[in-house]
Amino acid sequence: MKYVRSFALFWWNFVVGDDWRVAAGLAVALGLTSLLTHEGVNAWWLLPVAIALLLAGSLWRETRRAS
Amino acid sequence: MSTSTVLLVLGAFLASAVEMVEALTIVLGVGIVRGWRSTLIGVGAATIVLAALVAALGPALRVVPIGTLRLVVGALLLAFGLQWLRKAILRSSGYMPHRDEDAAFRRQREQAALAGHEERAGLDWYSFTVAFKGVLLEGLEVVFIVISFGSAQHRVSLAAAGAAAAVVVVVGAGVLARGPLERVPENTIKYVVGLLLTSFGCFWGAEGAGVTWPGDELSLLGVIAFLGAFSFLLVRALRRRLALAPVEAAA
Repeated sequence: MKYVRSFALFWWNFVVGDDWRVAAGLAVALGLTSLLTHEGVNAWWLLPVAIALLLAGSLWRETRRAS
Repeated sequence: MSTSTVLLVLGAFLASAVEMVEALTIVLGVGIVRGWRSTLIGVGAATIVLAALVAALGPALRVVPIGTLRLVVGALLLAFGLQWLRKAILRSSGYMPHRDEDAAFRRQREQAALAGHEERAGLDWYSFTVAFKGVLLEGLEVVFIVISFGSAQHRVSLAAAGAAAAVVVVVGAGVLARGPLERVPENTIKYVVGLLLTSFGCFWGAEGAGVTWPGDELSLLGVIAFLGAFSFLLVRALRRRLALAPVEAAA
């Protein structure tokens, strides 16, 4: 059980990293993009904007903690 | 050769180079203090595992439909790339210390000198395991990038060639320098790799979700420019914030 936990933790840290909110936000943004596209809206702009906002938010939280 | 293919090889090369600089520091630290035989066997074993992963996963992913593959790979690249970009921005703005290869090398040598001697299968177990783990863990990130970059364009071999070329360059430079490569601008390279991973992730993730990019592949350059400019502004804003922080705290 300990090894399974360590293995899962390794992959979580490897892919998700320090800020799980970024990964969750990306999943939501991708889901929204898919939804809009299927509704006939070519939402190419959504993901770059979401990435910019998520990155800025994550850095804001991190630097506020450090200040 | 298309723009995305050039960027694919460049991304794999740079990611591999920066990870191999870190692996080289570990291997040199152990090898110089405890001898080369067990250390190099550890390096060889890890290299075989990493090559086997690329050889097994690369062709296996070809059976996945390209749309699904790009969505999944795009999402993973985005999550992974943003971690690199975020850390590079924190380092560039002064919120996180830069990695010091010379200090890491000294630390590695001290630990290697203090570790006890245990022999297993005719090997100095400490040297073998430290070299194996060091190369495997640093290399896993490269394998992830090679497979994700390569599979989304059905060009795993090209991405693997870019990564392998970086290994040759870094090992060659390490042999010539006879020490850790402390002058390599690691954070700048990580910044570029983070930017490329995030941009490719954005491009493929959106394509996988059904988006048609205006200008097709040229949009990739637009995404890189947008995220590059935005992250540059973030670095400047954070630097200013850090400079003002003591003044605010004192006020």
